[in-house]
Amino acid sequence: MSKRLSIVVVEKDRDRARLIVDSLRAAGDYEIHVIAEESALARKVAEKQPDVVLIDVASPSRDTLEELAVASGPLDRPVAMFVDRSDDNLTKQAIEAGLSAYVVDGMRPDRLKPILDAAITRFHMFQRMRKELEQTKRALEERKVLDRAKGILMKARGITEDEAYALLRKTAMDQGRKVVDVAQALVTAAGLLS
Amino acid sequence: MSGLELNIGFMPLVDSAPLVIAQEMGFADQEGLSLNLLKSPSWSAIRDMVTLGRADAVHMLAPVPIAMSLGIGGQGKLDVLQVLSVSGTAIGVSLDLAGRMREAGYSFDFADATAAGRALIAAAGPELRIGVPFPFSMQAELLYYWLSALGFPAPQGVQIRTVPPPLMAEAIAKGEIDAFCVGEPWGSIAVENGVGELLLPGAAIWSFAPEKVLAVRQGWAEAEPELAARLIRAVWRAGRWLDTPGNQMTAAEILSRSAYVNVPAEIIERALGGALVINARGDQRQTANFQVFHRGAAGFPWRSQGAWIAGQMAGRLGLDRKGAEKTGASVMRSDLYRAALSREAADLPGASSKLEGSLPSVTAVSSGSGRLFLEPNQFFDRRIFDLPTGV
Repeated sequence: MSKRLSIVVVEKDRDRARLIVDSLRAAGDYEIHVIAEESALARKVAEKQPDVVLIDVASPSRDTLEELAVASGPLDRPVAMFVDRSDDNLTKQAIEAGLSAYVVDGMRPDRLKPILDAAITRFHMFQRMRKELEQTKRALEERKVLDRAKGILMKARGITEDEAYALLRKTAMDQGRKVVDVAQALVTAAGLLS
Repeated sequence: MSGLELNIGFMPLVDSAPLVIAQEMGFADQEGLSLNLLKSPSWSAIRDMVTLGRADAVHMLAPVPIAMSLGIGGQGKLDVLQVLSVSGTAIGVSLDLAGRMREAGYSFDFADATAAGRALIAAAGPELRIGVPFPFSMQAELLYYWLSALGFPAPQGVQIRTVPPPLMAEAIAKGEIDAFCVGEPWGSIAVENGVGELLLPGAAIWSFAPEKVLAVRQGWAEAEPELAARLIRAVWRAGRWLDTPGNQMTAAEILSRSAYVNVPAEIIERALGGALVINARGDQRQTANFQVFHRGAAGFPWRSQGAWIAGQMAGRLGLDRKGAEKTGASVMRSDLYRAALSREAADLPGASSKLEGSLPSVTAVSSGSGRLFLEPNQFFDRRIFDLPTGV
């Protein structure tokens, strides 16, 4: 029986960190540390002597961890970006999910795979949440623009809200544009004229 | 915009300019290319982007492809198609350290690397911590070279720490580092935020150091020779435009956009014009060749540049030096660069290697038209590097 693998998760956001830890726990029996601080990151990671380090691809602090990949770096054991060249597919999946991982050289792929699978699933979920949040935001903004455009039309032409919307929609259809684009153009033009 | 689309990774830095300008000023379009510029959060992400095929070509620290060719700093192999920029970095110190140096009588001339280095070492005390953007960077190489030549053993006697450039000002404000060497605009941002003072331009240590390069996966240029040649020409024209007097303000405006560097144009213009503000009192210093994109065959990927970088790394990491220099030289694809620009008005040097550090002033060299002038190329300690025979 080999010793428990030690995993360091670098993540500032506490909720995200907790979710990652939960899914790793569900995947196996690991020793898991979360590091939230960006300062002196390489040293803090090295102190934990991890077998695997997981970090968001979008984090600028990734470059700090590259120090660990230099043989003469603070960690005695050389670390490679997680790939095992044999498994390019897994690398691609991870990168697409927004995850990067560093592992101690020579780690057996069968011990690594469950960890990565769990992390990749979780990171996919984060990406989906991020996308949904953006979509919600955009929908809200479009709603606002639409309301202002309707208001402008109602005032200028003395029509009802439904009529104003119908007019916007018809114009959009005639011009082959989106309703929100027509509304935006109207709001911009009204801003210029006022 | 139409044309064949190439995915190009870049870091939000002033020296991403040749790629941004190639796209924005129509030089890419002229070659039938459309550059899809992908902003990266880190150098490691850029490296992975190009090795895994998400990007065709990338803005890269010159030492990274060399390190990878030596089997360190990442898997995969890259080729350097051209040098994107020469010099352009700045060394800065914390307000505390600057104060102690001034008390000791140092005058902050932003020029003399020997005097600046001695003043820094004297004021720093036993533990000097310097931030650089990446373990494999010209910033790190220049620091090691400079401090070692002054008798300050590096990396043993100094802690070189990796700090992402956008966090450099914060790291010095928090006292996590005493000094930094970083590409613009981040040195100027530290000054602007009132947390640091600038000590030297990187060019004061080596006046013609290759800083960023255009890198592709090994084999890509052979598989796509026509695309590679078009890309080289588009970027070469962008570099020529950038080094043309009068274009700096436009360049700064474009780079300041949120899709690119996303800092005020006024700060970017300092680096492009070589006129840096070095402290919060607004003292300004003009540096000739603070950053070069085109003059003096700046884009030419000299084999001797690759060999110098590889030799420095080999010395530090205990690798076979001559073998490393040979490998490093081969990363610089001067052959592809020549082929791409052969029909252009580009005046290319006759040789593909030069004596690094041997030019105290602007010097005429043999070239296609016979009218090529190289810019000064000197190390601060006047050492000269020649390729070993057989490389």
